[in-house]
Amino acid sequence: MAISVKDVQHIASLACVELDQAQQERFAQQFNSILEYFKELDGLNTEGVEPTYHVIGLNNVFREDEVSESLPQEEALKNAPRHEKGYFKGPRIV
Amino acid sequence: MDGEVIIGLEVHCQLNKLNSKLFCGCSTRQQGLEPNTMTCPVCLGLPGALPVINKKAVEYSIMVGLALNCEIAEHTQFYRKNYYYPDLPRGFQITQYDWPIASNGVLTVESDGGDRVVRIRRVHMEEDPGRLVHQGSIETSKFVLVDYNRSGMPLLEVVTEPDLRSPKEARRFINKLRNILEYLDVFDGSLEGALRVDANVSLKGGARVEIKNISSYKGVERALLFEISRQQNMKRRGVKVTQETRHYDDERNCTITLRTKEQAEEYRYYPEPDLVPLSVKGWEPRLREKLPELPDARRERFKKEYGISDDHAKVITSEIRVANYYECVAGKCEPRLAATWVADYLKGELNYRDMDIKDAFDPEMMVYIMEQLKKGVITDKGAVELMRALLDEGGHPKDIILARNLAKVETDVTKAAVTEVLKENREAIGDYRAGKAQAFNYLVGMVMKKTNGRADPSEVNLLLRELLECT
Amino acid sequence: MSMALYEESVHKTFDRIKHSRLNAYITLDKENALGTAKGVDDGKIAGRLAGMTVAVKDCITTKGLLTTCGSKILSGYVPPFDAEVVARLRNEGAVITGKTNMDEFAMGTSTESSHYGPTKNPWDMTRVPGGSSGGSGAAVAGLECRMALGTDTGGSVRCPASFCGVVGIKPTYGLVSRYGVIAYANSLEQVGPMARNVSDAALLLDVIAGHDPKDSTSVPHDARYTDHLVDDVKGLTIGVPKEYFGEGTDMKVEKAVWDAIMTLNRLGADYKEVSLPHTKYALSAYYIIAMCEASSNLARFDGLRYGLRTGKDENWHATFSRIRAEGFGEEVKRRIMLGTYALSEGYYGKYYLKALKVRTLIKKDFEKAFKGVDVLAAPTMPYPAFRIGEHQDDPLSMYMADVDTVPVNLAGVPSISVPCGFAGKLPIGVQFIGGFFDEPMIIRTAHTFELNTDFQKLPEGF
Repeated sequence: MAISVKDVQHIASLACVELDQAQQERFAQQFNSILEYFKELDGLNTEGVEPTYHVIGLNNVFREDEVSESLPQEEALKNAPRHEKGYFKGPRIV
Repeated sequence: MDGEVIIGLEVHCQLNKLNSKLFCGCSTRQQGLEPNTMTCPVCLGLPGALPVINKKAVEYSIMVGLALNCEIAEHTQFYRKNYYYPDLPRGFQITQYDWPIASNGVLTVESDGGDRVVRIRRVHMEEDPGRLVHQGSIETSKFVLVDYNRSGMPLLEVVTEPDLRSPKEARRFINKLRNILEYLDVFDGSLEGALRVDANVSLKGGARVEIKNISSYKGVERALLFEISRQQNMKRRGVKVTQETRHYDDERNCTITLRTKEQAEEYRYYPEPDLVPLSVKGWEPRLREKLPELPDARRERFKKEYGISDDHAKVITSEIRVANYYECVAGKCEPRLAATWVADYLKGELNYRDMDIKDAFDPEMMVYIMEQLKKGVITDKGAVELMRALLDEGGHPKDIILARNLAKVETDVTKAAVTEVLKENREAIGDYRAGKAQAFNYLVGMVMKKTNGRADPSEVNLLLRELLECT
Repeated sequence: MSMALYEESVHKTFDRIKHSRLNAYITLDKENALGTAKGVDDGKIAGRLAGMTVAVKDCITTKGLLTTCGSKILSGYVPPFDAEVVARLRNEGAVITGKTNMDEFAMGTSTESSHYGPTKNPWDMTRVPGGSSGGSGAAVAGLECRMALGTDTGGSVRCPASFCGVVGIKPTYGLVSRYGVIAYANSLEQVGPMARNVSDAALLLDVIAGHDPKDSTSVPHDARYTDHLVDDVKGLTIGVPKEYFGEGTDMKVEKAVWDAIMTLNRLGADYKEVSLPHTKYALSAYYIIAMCEASSNLARFDGLRYGLRTGKDENWHATFSRIRAEGFGEEVKRRIMLGTYALSEGYYGKYYLKALKVRTLIKKDFEKAFKGVDVLAAPTMPYPAFRIGEHQDDPLSMYMADVDTVPVNLAGVPSISVPCGFAGKLPIGVQFIGGFFDEPMIIRTAHTFELNTDFQKLPEGF
């Protein structure tokens, strides 16, 4: 199933990345050749094979319900490009 | 309405009785904080920071699952729910998808004309995002302010099947769920933001509408009433209801179309690589034993042990703090009388003042009041006035009785008042003799007035009849 | 007044960096480095790495020191905390020289995609040093530090080690804490030591390895890797996976690697051919998994809490999209988008889930092989360092360079790359791969090989 420019636009919106027309076209082309390469996995029969989500086989890792020190407000906001009255300031919702 | 309305609920409860957040050690204390003062690299989503699961949160979740008669998962795993929004610091929420911690439970609530069995589809764990603050309304604000103190707070999401059939049932369900959580001591429902509800509602044969942003028990019923009415209006006009997500505006009591969030729900769920799977079914026996007495069981025990009515038992056990309060009092006073005074009188005064019982006077004071009643020091009316004073101003019952002269007047004082009233109200006596029963009540009222309500009504009754016979 | 030993040595290192044309570093930390050196000289600071210069790849957070991941989107980001591995370095008295250059967000095999310009290979300045830890590799090879930390997701420590003629280790997944490592593909990556010889690499591994409760994927495992710096391979069996040789592999590389196997054979090790039959599916499986995870790991970069924020704010979706478009390079955008696509409704089973099943088969291939051999030997890279710009127009051809390294990350097993020859003046690396937590085996093999050969050289002019 080939990826169209329209598909690229939809993916870009989902991925929250703005692309211009030229980029959309270039990506559509590159995606198709990369996905074409991935097609070789279709030829491999993986029926009955369990997926490996975690390669190390570890289970049940926890921490105790203990309070540790939080960052002071200035530290939390230190890298914030815009902030106001202790809040991070961001673009409007609508 | 019944039979036509279909309601399902997704209830988010903060496990605010935990000390620390779900994946980091920041405190869960949320009251009275300056913004962004309860964060760390993990809940702020700083690059490189990693989550670690709070063990007690898992225990609490299992206990809730057990209390809701669920099956506990053999194998449970956290997932990433990927979407962008300013309140989500990592661009994904760590939640559960396949393999939730508990599923297939049931909770029964009272319905008009019987019981409603509500199936619990699943109970799962997830974290809260941050909190957005707008200048004005969400639609007109020129910017958004974000506070991540709430980010990472442990949430339990309880999802029901669409088994509810009215807004009232929905409210009852929420209340019962809240009650169970408080009995388990995993949750304090009186804290702001502790409980949030999303509701799915449709009319039979119609599209399903999701309502988000309901944050109070009363809000659930109001939001549903509005939405059902909206859908019914559309149906009457022949307009089709669209499947959508609507935002509940508590202030204006209406639901509005939310065009701001991604309507296409492409969450791209996949298992969280930074968190390994959990095998915790083995904890079930130990945690089952730890389960405290739950509301329904306590209700039955109260009926049996204290001999109180089902109605009283229901009211008293509907909040764990009230139940605990009652047991304190019932332990030292006549239980049935205690039930009346706690369930009817005290709860009545609290409801009127929109107060929680935790802000009321101590149960010891209630015991004192009931002892004074028993000794005949004060009348019922005096006791009520005393309770009101304690709730409104505080202090100690002993002092208030003195200060307000609440002590019941002695019999001779009452007798003197009765004699005076009879002297002053010849016409009323005539009416009474003529067979007008209201005249008697009028005379009682005059005696009460003369004694500033301090007379014992039953004593007044007796004395009036005696003296009326004589004269 | 003459300077004390470490202070002088560190001064010399910074002098060299100052006059360097390698572009191996993004940020230098000269003041603190000299401070630590002085502390060691004064006897106030001690530890297993006391006074030794260590460079840190710029995707590993350093408290108070700019951390960029080679990207524009993290411009100005100064972390308020140290990564666990950095804390361990500091604890042992290491002199941290600065943050090294890298492919943007570790996505690459050449360090060409860095926002801060490419790093040059000290052996040939017209060629790449490998990637994504190219800055670390070049810095070690070019004497701009004694050791360095890199990260290896699909070969990003071993590739620059091979291209720059130094030693690089990708530890077993879970051995080294990832707390503070800015994630690209979190189920695949590990921090790895890079050095000019196996002893230093083993020492650095001793320091950074070991359980960290802040990382839930960190495995409780105790070992001292410097204990295995022995000169002995007698009785060991080396497996030679046939899928790593033949078509696509440069003839000089193949010869150098076989020479290495023969050397070990002469020293008493047996060798035999083995097969890892699912190797040819590894590249696709790796890229699908890595891209999917990357699309999620990089979602947090939106300009709200840190990093790039330019222009006027519109609504949040448009603003975030613009910032991300401006802040991410082409390769990063490509992988985020492909990953988003592969995880979405309808494609999850075909791509991500399928790749995870292939991963199981590859892991089983290794497990099966290690039943009959102690260690595997294979080329690290199919060819030596290529020219800067050579793969620019064809992303797929760049991905193919990882063919020998990615299976190791998929399986989670450890691997060490050591120099084993030259193609002209360009270094060639051999990798020794071990079973889970069998770093002792691969270190022993590599150390023996190193002691008995003479490939530890410095580039011309260094």
